[in-house]
Amino acid sequence: MTEAIARIGRLALRRGALGLVVPALLLALWETLSRSGAAPPNLLPPPSGVLRALRDLWVSGELPGHIAITLLRVLLGFLLGTAAATVLGAATGYSALWRRILDPLLQALRSIPSIAWVPLFVLWLGIFEASKVTLIGVGAFFPVYLNTMAGIQQVDRKLVEVARVHGYGGVGLVRRVLLPAMLPAYVTGLRGGLGLAWMFVVAAEFMGASEGLGFLLIDGQQTGRPANIIAAILLFAVFGKLSDVALARTARRFVAWQDSFENAEEKKANAANPAPLQAIR
Amino acid sequence: MLQIRRLFKQFDDLTALADIDLAIDRGEIVGIVGTSGCGKSTLLRIVAGLEAPSLGSVVLDGVAVAGPRPEVGLVFQEPRLMPWLDVRANVEFALARRPRAQRRPLADAALARVGLTAFADALPQLLSGGMAQRAAIARALVARPAVLLLDEPFSALDAFTRFDLQDHLLEIWRADEPTMLFVTHDIEEALVLSDRVVVMRAKPGRVYAQYRIELPRPRRRTEAPLQSWKERILWDLDLAKKGPEPEFAI
Repeated sequence: MTEAIARIGRLALRRGALGLVVPALLLALWETLSRSGAAPPNLLPPPSGVLRALRDLWVSGELPGHIAITLLRVLLGFLLGTAAATVLGAATGYSALWRRILDPLLQALRSIPSIAWVPLFVLWLGIFEASKVTLIGVGAFFPVYLNTMAGIQQVDRKLVEVARVHGYGGVGLVRRVLLPAMLPAYVTGLRGGLGLAWMFVVAAEFMGASEGLGFLLIDGQQTGRPANIIAAILLFAVFGKLSDVALARTARRFVAWQDSFENAEEKKANAANPAPLQAIR
Repeated sequence: MLQIRRLFKQFDDLTALADIDLAIDRGEIVGIVGTSGCGKSTLLRIVAGLEAPSLGSVVLDGVAVAGPRPEVGLVFQEPRLMPWLDVRANVEFALARRPRAQRRPLADAALARVGLTAFADALPQLLSGGMAQRAAIARALVARPAVLLLDEPFSALDAFTRFDLQDHLLEIWRADEPTMLFVTHDIEEALVLSDRVVVMRAKPGRVYAQYRIELPRPRRRTEAPLQSWKERILWDLDLAKKGPEPEFAI
C-alpha cells in the first residue's frame, strides 16, 4: 500500500505534477461550496458549470468565431506594434543622434496610460477593427521598443572591437555581432509585448465589440451568466499561455547559446531531478 | 619589418606616449613590460590600428598603418569569443575576406595547432579560461598574419595554465614565425618568450630601456641568467629599491 502511494508520488514528481496539487484541491473545494449552496451558484457557478457553459458555447457554434477574432486582433496588433517598435528601437539603440531626437518623446508617450487613448482612437478610427488593432499595437509597442534599444546599447563593446579588428563594419557588424548579441533582450521584449497585447485585447473588446472573448466577458456580465465570464477568462489564460510558449519555443533556437540564469537553472533542474526521488525512497 | 616612428599619443592632459621609436625585425619576438599607466596597451592598440596616434606613425613593410588590417592579428587580455558561435565559427569569424569554401579547413587547421580540435563544435561557455584563450589565439592566427600582437594575453589565467600557454605560444609561433609584439606586466613572461624586452615607464609613457635576451629556447624560468635580467628590470621599474644597482653588462 505505502509502496503504491510512494510510486504514485514519484510518478507525480517526475511529471512535474507537484504544482497541480493545490489547484486541484481548490477546484474540489470550489465545486463542493457551490453545490452545497454555501456560495450562491448564480454568482459563483461550480467548475462543472463552467465546463458546461464552455461546451454549450462550442456546440452552439459561436465559440470558434469568438476565439478566431480575438486571436486575429492580438496577432495584427502585436505585429503592428512590434514592427514599429523594432524600427524605432533599432534607430535609437544604434545611433545616439536618433536617441536624442526620438527617445524623449517616446518616453513621454509611455507615461500615458495606454487605455487613455481609447476615446481618441475610436474618434479617429471608428468603433471597428482599426481602433482595436491600433490600441493593441500601442500596448505591444513599449516593451519591444525598450528592449530593442537596450539590447543594442548593451552589446559588449569588446566584441564590437573584435569585429573591427577583423575588418567588419556597417552591415557585417550588424549581422554578425549586433543582431545576435541583442537577440536575448529582443525576445524578452517580444514576450512582454505579447503579454500586453493580450491585456489590451480585453480593453479593446470592452469598447463595443460584438464578438470576441472580451465581448463574452461583457455579455456574461450583462446577461447574468457568470459561467460564461469564467469560461472566457479561462480561454484567455489558455491562449495567452499557448502563444507565449510558442514564441518562447521559436526563440529558444536562436538564443540557446545564452549562458543565462534561466538556462543554467533548467539544466540544473534536469540534472537534479533524480535526487528528490531518492530522498523519498 | 614593423617600424614605430616618433610616436606620440595625447589624451587631454595626459601624455600617454611620448616619442616612441622602435624597429622590429620580421619574426622577432618583442615583449613590452611596464607598470600600469605606462602606455604599453595604448601603444599596442595604435599598432593594431584601433587608435590613431597624435603624432608619428606605424609602418608595416613600408605601408603606414591607418586602421585594422588583415596582416595584423590581435589577441586581447580576455578571449572575447562570440558566445553565440561555436569555437570553429569563432575562428572562421576572422576569415570573412576568404572564400566560404576555404574557411572551414583553415579554421580546423588553426584549432588543431592550438589543440582544440575536440572542442570545435562546443560553445565558448563550455571552455575553461585557458582553452578560451587558445581559441582566441587560433582566431588571431588563422589568417596567417605577418604580425601578431598580444595585449597581456595570459594575465587572467592561473600560473600553471599561464606557463603552459607560454610554452605553447612558442610552439605555435614556430610554424609561421610571425613578428610578435606583446605587452605584459609579468617580467618573467617577457624574459621567457622574447628576443628583446622593452621596458616602458609612465608619465609620460616612454621607452626606458631595451634588453636583447640571447638565451637559447626553451628557457627555464628558474635559470640564473634569467633571474639576473629580472633583477635588472625590476631596478629599472623602481621596484627593487633596496641594495645597490645590480651590476650588469648590456
